[in-house]
Amino acid sequence: MPHLALGHFLVVAALLFGFGLLAVVTRRNAVAVLMGVELILNAANLNLVAFGRYVAGGIAGQVFSLFVIVLAAAEAAVGLAIILAIYQMLRSIDTARATTLKE
Amino acid sequence: MPSSFAIFVLLALATLLGAAGVALSRNIFWSAMGLLACLLGVSGLYVLLAADFIAVTQVLIYIGGVLVLIIFAIMLTSQIRDISVSNSSMGSVGGFALFWVVATLLCFVALWAPWPIASLPPGQGSTAAIGDGLLGRWLLPFEIVSVLLVATMIGAIVIARKEAKPD
Repeated sequence: MPHLALGHFLVVAALLFGFGLLAVVTRRNAVAVLMGVELILNAANLNLVAFGRYVAGGIAGQVFSLFVIVLAAAEAAVGLAIILAIYQMLRSIDTARATTLKE
Repeated sequence: MPSSFAIFVLLALATLLGAAGVALSRNIFWSAMGLLACLLGVSGLYVLLAADFIAVTQVLIYIGGVLVLIIFAIMLTSQIRDISVSNSSMGSVGGFALFWVVATLLCFVALWAPWPIASLPPGQGSTAAIGDGLLGRWLLPFEIVSVLLVATMIGAIVIARKEAKPD
């Protein structure tokens, strides 16, 4: 069996990023779009920790990913609050229908 | 005893299958369950990378906080009983093209770029070092993040509450 290396983790993170992008681009449900954003942030975190482990050393990468996790939680809270407000106004969270600002 | 590579393959499979479920499932609730598998897999990958504190934080904040919040939002905004499409998608051809282009490009870079691999000693647990760092070198961002969390909390409450009608 091969040894674990940096490339393995980078490939997993790349595919994770791709799926997150796919969810953000194709989903019409706003909650699912937010889930895609979480996937993208997880991919970035995985890259940070992997580079910290194999290239940079030390804990700087881990601390950075810790801050990213906190910011992701904050983003999810505000994003879901906005989605609930949109739902109260439009009775729908279809991203294609939230066009009030456009008119 | 299974080697760490076998464990890595299992965790990567859980992560990527969960992520595919998030991106492709027709039912929004199964998307949330896919996100659960994906977050657990990523937390296991953190353990393989000797980042124990990040792994536990991932479970506590993402699964205990963000995922529960997302499931609350699903319950509040869609009729969970009708399993039909609450998760429709648009433009799947363009989306898949984008997925293949981005994933291929990133995998190519990840595998063929000459990363300056350092021969580091096998990782120890990093919790103590992170605690020292957060109260030493990274004290200022730590405090800024705490202020940001308070602002986020107030902002989320203000946005999500019902408008009070003036009498």
